[in-house]
Amino acid sequence: MKRETAIRRVAKPVIFAVCLIPLAWIALRAIVIGDLGANPVETVNRFLGDWAMRLLIVTLMVSPLVHLSGSSIPVRFRRMLGLFAFFYATLHIANYVVADQFFNWADIWADIVKRNFITIGMLTFIILLALAVTSPKAMIKRLGGKRWRRLHQTVYIAAIGSVFHYIMMIKADFLIAGTHGAVLAGLLIYRVIRRMQKPERAENTRRRTPRPLVA
Amino acid sequence: MQIKIKKASHISEAEVTPKHLFMNRRHFIQASAAAGALGSILPPGKAAAGMKLPGITQTAYGNGLEQTKYEDVTSYNNFYEFGTGKSDPANNAQNFQTKPWQVSIEGAVAKPGVVDFDDLIKPHKLEERIYRFRCVEAWSMVVPWVGIPLADVIKRFEPTSKAKYVAFETLVDPERMPGQKRAILNWPYVEGLRMDEAMNPLALLAVGLYGEELPGQNGAPIRLVVPWKYGFKSIKSIVAIRFVEKMPPTTWNMSASSEYGFYSNVNPEVSHPRWSQAKERVIGQGYFSAKKETLKFNGYAEEVASLYSGMDLAKYY
Ligand code: HEM
Repeated sequence: MKRETAIRRVAKPVIFAVCLIPLAWIALRAIVIGDLGANPVETVNRFLGDWAMRLLIVTLMVSPLVHLSGSSIPVRFRRMLGLFAFFYATLHIANYVVADQFFNWADIWADIVKRNFITIGMLTFIILLALAVTSPKAMIKRLGGKRWRRLHQTVYIAAIGSVFHYIMMIKADFLIAGTHGAVLAGLLIYRVIRRMQKPERAENTRRRTPRPLVA
Repeated sequence: MQIKIKKASHISEAEVTPKHLFMNRRHFIQASAAAGALGSILPPGKAAAGMKLPGITQTAYGNGLEQTKYEDVTSYNNFYEFGTGKSDPANNAQNFQTKPWQVSIEGAVAKPGVVDFDDLIKPHKLEERIYRFRCVEAWSMVVPWVGIPLADVIKRFEPTSKAKYVAFETLVDPERMPGQKRAILNWPYVEGLRMDEAMNPLALLAVGLYGEELPGQNGAPIRLVVPWKYGFKSIKSIVAIRFVEKMPPTTWNMSASSEYGFYSNVNPEVSHPRWSQAKERVIGQGYFSAKKETLKFNGYAEEVASLYSGMDLAKYY
């Protein structure tokens, strides 16, 4: 099997399926196991929020993986990972609108403008939406590589936003949010250090690769 | 008991009627078997969740309220001593040892001392009271508690004129309460009430729910229940009751004073800084269910609003 075939026929479907495992798991818990607990709306909300944030962080692991492994293959999966982050964020918000607030738009609007953690969640989602809409290859051409790349750099803001959104709703126990935050901080620090150490190499890589790396 | 929110001007019913007549009219105490035998029938050893409590007097408190399922009341808990996840307490408190258990009565009382759990409860009649329970996180339950009026217990120890507040303290024992191995909150968990709040007939020292001993996750073997306040005021697994002159520190207030005040009365008009308190999710209603409007003082305005007359509840949240 040629490398290209392996990526298209095997690796991509496998990663696609893996990204669906959380959804399958929560559906299984809801329908078959029935262990969503006394407050299923909250359980589902947190589960989906967690996976949106987590997949966003995983998406940001692609570039370091490329740098460290020297292989550009992981870049081929980045768009899919990012879209799955968007997918889980959309479900998280759908759960909030449908099950939690029951389409009470007045309350939803009040939450968005009054509750800082929801405001940040909303801004984060708007970024993810913009990135999802502009994720097809054709959009790179339409926007122009440079503009597209600049737009897609806001994924950092979205990732930071998702962790902040989480941290800001916590009452006392920061362990799990902090762990995610630490991983994200590590990824950001890695990028800063890399830029500082090898500014010209980072430039070169970018110019040589058809797909932008830091996106 | 019919609980209606009335206009402030109507609350005077409670004020113009002599207290004992007023209460008698409402609380038709039905059966009243003595609960004296409680101590002797409790087996030694582990927390016997599921042990039936004998001689419970039924009361009219909460008649007509739809009770939250036992399973939900005992599996969805905030009890950080056993972990911060909602199901952690149910998982980690299964073998929580509550026998023997002692409560230390301290401070401005004529009769201080360390009291065995059985001796604390024995002189009183166990009552069942069905109360609304409203968590500061905007969810709610209806729980059939079994307990004794806090006021009756307080009177026994004869507080002096210096007793302006009552402070409560939870057990600290990281071996038995694994959540205490991390300093998430400032252990021990402490809470407090103003003396007149503590003496209000609604304030209950609960030792059971659904006719059975309290399970560990619900605050075995003895906890406070103040139904007009957010749930965290209802301190669990109490080991000390202290009568003091100054407002005592309280755990969540120490953790975030701008979010959790000393009073923490349920109040739909005063938001938590990070979320609205206007509505609540009723636990046990399933995935597709609208939230319910939160009632001022959790629906107990008639009984407790007078405690706060003249106070700015937005300031004293
Ligand atoms: C309009 C946009 C959004 C709204 C209204 C919203 C709403 C909420 C709410 C109400 C909670 C708190 C749940 C609770 O207190 O139990 C929450 C938690 C959370 N949200 Fe969002 N969210 C939004 C966007 C996002 C986005 C875009 C992400 C991630 C990419 C995200 C990730 C999370 C995470 C990780 C949590 C914490 C889950 C946990 O406790 O484990 N949210 N969100």
